[in-house]
Amino acid sequence: MTATGGKIRAVIVDDEDLARQVVRELLEAHPEIEVAAECANGFEAVKAVTELKPDLLFLDIQMPKLDGFEVLELIGTDMAVIFATAYDQHALRAFEVHAVDYLLKPFGAERFEQALARARQRIGGKLPPATDLKASTRAPGEFAERIVVRDGTRVHIIPIGKLDYAEAQDDYVALASEGKKHLKQQTISSLETSLDPARFLRIHRSYIVNLERVTKIEPYGKDTHLSILSDGTRLPVSRSGYGRLRSVLDQKA
Amino acid sequence: MHPILGYPRRLGLYLITWLILSELLFYVATYHHFGIDKFESGLFFFPLSLFYAFICLSAWYSCRGIPLEDTSFMGMLVPHLLAALIVASFWAATARALASALSRLPSLQGFDQKVVRDIPVFVAMGVLLYLLAVAMFYVLLAQEASREAERRESQARVLARDAELRALKAQVNPHFLFNSLHSISALTSSDPKRAREMCIALADFLRATLGLGEKALIPLEEELSLIHSFLAVEKIRFGARLKMEEQIDPGILDCMVPPLILQPLVENAVVHGVANLTEGGWIQLRVGASHGPNGSNESNVSIEVENRFDPEAPARRKSGVGLANVRQRLDTRYGTNASFSVDKDGERFHVGLTLPAERQGVHA
Repeated sequence: MTATGGKIRAVIVDDEDLARQVVRELLEAHPEIEVAAECANGFEAVKAVTELKPDLLFLDIQMPKLDGFEVLELIGTDMAVIFATAYDQHALRAFEVHAVDYLLKPFGAERFEQALARARQRIGGKLPPATDLKASTRAPGEFAERIVVRDGTRVHIIPIGKLDYAEAQDDYVALASEGKKHLKQQTISSLETSLDPARFLRIHRSYIVNLERVTKIEPYGKDTHLSILSDGTRLPVSRSGYGRLRSVLDQKA
Repeated sequence: MHPILGYPRRLGLYLITWLILSELLFYVATYHHFGIDKFESGLFFFPLSLFYAFICLSAWYSCRGIPLEDTSFMGMLVPHLLAALIVASFWAATARALASALSRLPSLQGFDQKVVRDIPVFVAMGVLLYLLAVAMFYVLLAQEASREAERRESQARVLARDAELRALKAQVNPHFLFNSLHSISALTSSDPKRAREMCIALADFLRATLGLGEKALIPLEEELSLIHSFLAVEKIRFGARLKMEEQIDPGILDCMVPPLILQPLVENAVVHGVANLTEGGWIQLRVGASHGPNGSNESNVSIEVENRFDPEAPARRKSGVGLANVRQRLDTRYGTNASFSVDKDGERFHVGLTLPAERQGVHA
């Protein structure tokens, strides 16, 4: 139990006031659960969770700024998450990201109690943290249209067309976009699977490049090459990466 | 399949007609001329006619190859005439061969000499009969084409109707329904009066929507009241976040429009605009009369829905399906007489459509 004084601290995230009201009301029967914050959009949610580190999160899926899955991607899985949404098209994805439960609106006290019971098990049992969930926050066959990055309590949104390249840095990837680098806790392989292979290519163990940015490939050393991007950045290309790059660029030419 | 060879009854009819016609022609043209009796004439002309009847069936293939509708008169005449000449010459040669065979019979000695003199007559007859067959096949082809067109048209009508019904069924967005019910459940304890209001607004909207499946057109006024009950529900859900402005020309409220042609546009503005804006957003609805796209005098109904949206909002599934549906339905019903446009400019999203103004009781 991470909560202080035995209290469970909860954050309610929903863009509709009335929907938050339902959760608040149903929680009145549980004095051991304290509502630490209520948020009306994804940005507020990321900020509140980062600052307050709650034990329990009630999360709507369709919201302004960031959707529920994006929020979860940014704040990790150190808390029990209960999704609440009006339609069950997201149910499968919700469980892939290790949500404790998935409430379909409208829900009543009975169903809410079940969800709470499961949340308590999760909070008490210290379930192992979810594996890399960034890749599963997308539906299969769909590629990311944007990448969300958290910087402290601030959130950056990088549209996929503005990503120049990504570089692996230990447990993080550095995402280069418009002259800036954003660090995100994600493996480069999981990033690779979320990107459209027609637009991005893994040219090196540590690099993924936006194909539109590549202007030139130059030999460098015995087995390797360098790719020159439109802004002058030089990225190493491994031997196998060179083969893939050549075949893609030849197809486009 | 060949339209005559493939059907025994048609083939029989064709052969009988053919024999009567050709025998008649030859009787007039040659009987007196050749000076032979009816029996001998029959012996000669009957197999010859039958043979030619089958040859002329081949005209079908050249008719199919040279379609009536997209060939010039000369482009049609020249190849058919050429084919007629070749076929007729071949037939005349056959006639000559048959005549010389028959002239071996004692009673028909010298018959071939008479036929040889009249070879040009055979060629002329052959050409004439072949062209007659060509004409017949064109009639058959035209008949077949019109039947096919009719079949296709009725099929298109069925498809359009199906698509429309499916579109109507898909309109009531489950998100809208369940979110509204959730809001009602929230209000039951905090504000029962508003919960009841919302129930009534939702019921009004559902009742209106469910009754629409049977109707091809409804008065614009009815569509607008549908939108009002829809917005009444959404206003309770979104509160101050939803601001709606309307400019409606009262003179066109009795114009007939396809049901649910406007509601999806407003719903789209709520779901992709207001719902994605933390501070809330506005929707403007303008309905008025305008002139036809070709500058014609016929007046049009012009509808515009404009709303604020967040260009960086997270992508929602199913986005654009509602708009595509409206576009498709307008297209099926009005073709080029209706227009539909979608444009984005910064934080503004604008949908405009025009359709012919049809009054109640007046059919376009």
